Amino acid sequence: MSGGGVAGGGVSGAGAAALDGPNPVGVMPTYLGMPSFPRAARDAVGDSQLRRNLTHATTAIRTKRARVVAELDDWEQLRQAAKAIKDHTIANLDTYLLRLEENVTKAGGHVHWARNALEANAIVARLVAEAGADTVVKVKSMATQETGLNEALAADGIRAVETDLAELIVQLGDDRPSHILVPAIHKNRAEIKDIFVSEMGDAPADLTDEPARLAGAARAHLRNEFLNAKVGISGANFAIADTGSLVVVESEGNGRMCLTLPDTLISVVGVEKLLPSFQDLEVFLALLPRSSTAERMNPYTTIWTGVTDGDGPRNFHLVLLDNGRTATLADDVGRQALRCIRCSACLNVCPVYERAGGHAYGSPYPGPIGAILSPQLRGVTSEIDASLPYASSLCGACYEVCPVAINIPEVLVELRARSVERHRHPVERAVFRLSGYVLSSPRRLAAAQRAASAGRRIVGRSGRIRHLPPPLSAWTDTRDAPAPPPESFRAWWSRTRGGAA
Amino acid sequence: MRIGLFITCLTDTMFPETGKAVVTVLERLGHQVEFPAGQSCCGQMHFNTGYRREAVPMARGFAAAFDGYDAVVTPSASCAAMVREYHPVLAAGDPDLERQVTTVAPRVHDLATFLTGVLGVTDVGARFPHRVTYHPTCHSLRMMHVGDAPLRLLREVGGIDLVELPDAETCCGFGGTFAIKNPDVSAAMCADKVTAIRQTQAEVVCAGDNSCLMHIGGALSRQRTGVRTMHLAEILASTGGLA
Repeated sequence: MSGGGVAGGGVSGAGAAALDGPNPVGVMPTYLGMPSFPRAARDAVGDSQLRRNLTHATTAIRTKRARVVAELDDWEQLRQAAKAIKDHTIANLDTYLLRLEENVTKAGGHVHWARNALEANAIVARLVAEAGADTVVKVKSMATQETGLNEALAADGIRAVETDLAELIVQLGDDRPSHILVPAIHKNRAEIKDIFVSEMGDAPADLTDEPARLAGAARAHLRNEFLNAKVGISGANFAIADTGSLVVVESEGNGRMCLTLPDTLISVVGVEKLLPSFQDLEVFLALLPRSSTAERMNPYTTIWTGVTDGDGPRNFHLVLLDNGRTATLADDVGRQALRCIRCSACLNVCPVYERAGGHAYGSPYPGPIGAILSPQLRGVTSEIDASLPYASSLCGACYEVCPVAINIPEVLVELRARSVERHRHPVERAVFRLSGYVLSSPRRLAAAQRAASAGRRIVGRSGRIRHLPPPLSAWTDTRDAPAPPPESFRAWWSRTRGGAA
Repeated sequence: MRIGLFITCLTDTMFPETGKAVVTVLERLGHQVEFPAGQSCCGQMHFNTGYRREAVPMARGFAAAFDGYDAVVTPSASCAAMVREYHPVLAAGDPDLERQVTTVAPRVHDLATFLTGVLGVTDVGARFPHRVTYHPTCHSLRMMHVGDAPLRLLREVGGIDLVELPDAETCCGFGGTFAIKNPDVSAAMCADKVTAIRQTQAEVVCAGDNSCLMHIGGALSRQRTGVRTMHLAEILASTGGLA
């Protein structure tokens, strides 16, 4: 064990034990200075190519997901089981983290603790240098997107090669991922072909945008990287406390190459990825592929435990990452976000994501889960994090499909309440105080209704209002507003039914 | 059964015809409806925007106004869901209010499930000879779990030509203050909803919530589509044609 250090006994919550430090809140260095969600979304909404790419991709995957989920008659039980396992694990994180550390160490691995992104990146950079490598091959990993590892390694002169096809597209295009599962979802195949031709170096001169040819070009390009790399870097979908095993679930087989070929394997894993026992996996391996790629089973599942002579990497390092997770754990309502298994089902059903695209969320976690995860991991000090809890119509489609039953709308409104407590929006607050004053009293409401009915003659003789002053102009820019009726319901009742009950 | 009508602040102020329609339907079915004058607003807009402190008096007012009713019926599934799911949250820490809220909350029903579930009726004696499509609002579907109750009611309406709405279960983009705070995304969602509605060639789009209908209707009117919005209650109250 190295890095932050865990002091086990007496302290409840591994977070408190492992991560009591000057900077308990997470950082995502590559996403600093992002604009607010509504501002970023405005550009995306107007980009017809992006809209078409996103609608095409999300419609296909959500239709397929619905079909494969419907095949299981115990889906709801699986979902509740997953929720229960995750809740239990998160509530006993201190115990299970130490058990994981013990069992990984026993199996010949080394465990490192990172309070935040900067510490994790520094640990990885040191380990890569110790292995004498200047290039690493990477398995698709959300944790290292979160820490901005590639950029940090580049600053130390280390080249990180993304080997997942979509991550490779994003990396070559000097772009950012816009989806958890399909990071290049915002690109269509013609755009991908152009990126390969101009950026890959060894792309065939006669490359077309046929999917098989694009995959073939990436495959040939990556083969050399796999065979020459001394260090592989991964995340993990699950970490099993009882056995010290790590699990990566993938589709392309690039992960298997990175996890088995290089001498040194470094896995950066969020502390919430724990499962108590091997048996718990059966629930998640049923839920994850169906929710994620809409497959009954994913093509490659790699499970490894420490190191084994003559098989796979000779050095295995596990970097356990907090980066705001234990701060999230402390929150009664918000902690359910830590159940997330990064399947991206919520993105694919979200009408806001489909129109705003992933980049507007200003984090590697876009969509509904990002709207509750990023502000919790990073705190709500920035413009983007303050706006994320409002980046939802609260339609609830995300909660409906979530395989671990995260009530995303519930967390969103909770975070909004925090945001109102913490931030001063003097004008908005005044509006809500005044409207609260009117709406909480039937007498005052009736008076306001009489005023509105009287004003009807001025604002909308046609029954429709076409222009309202800001901020209500945000409504009338694209929609008419109804003019008030001559008489409210309560006035009608009182007039015709002789007073109210 | 003592039935109290919870009109909701929006319908009370802007769409009184919906309230009259609820009264018409229930009275036609032989029930008496009372309108407790002490009611005002459920506080959803304040709660959902983060202004919880301002919403607490509204939860308190609601519980007091509807104390003693066997059933509270409302033409808004969204406001019904607010009372059922979030009034207990607002009452937390105030034992008296918690007790009042937990008594009244389970008795709150949206009109559709009250008719089909509590009264066990699907044919309410309505006649509406027009082409109609139905938009299932998000909170009616995912918080009140109305299922196909509104459609079962509509199918029994005499003369109706009920057509299925493509991608019906996709949000219209209203979302309360979402429509103001994220106007571009909201308008983009509404545009797609309007496209789907126009594909049906319906004369009327109906739903169980005037808030969503105000949003959809605002776009339909701005685009001069000639398609009108009507609350489900108004179709169920109808005995002839368009008002």
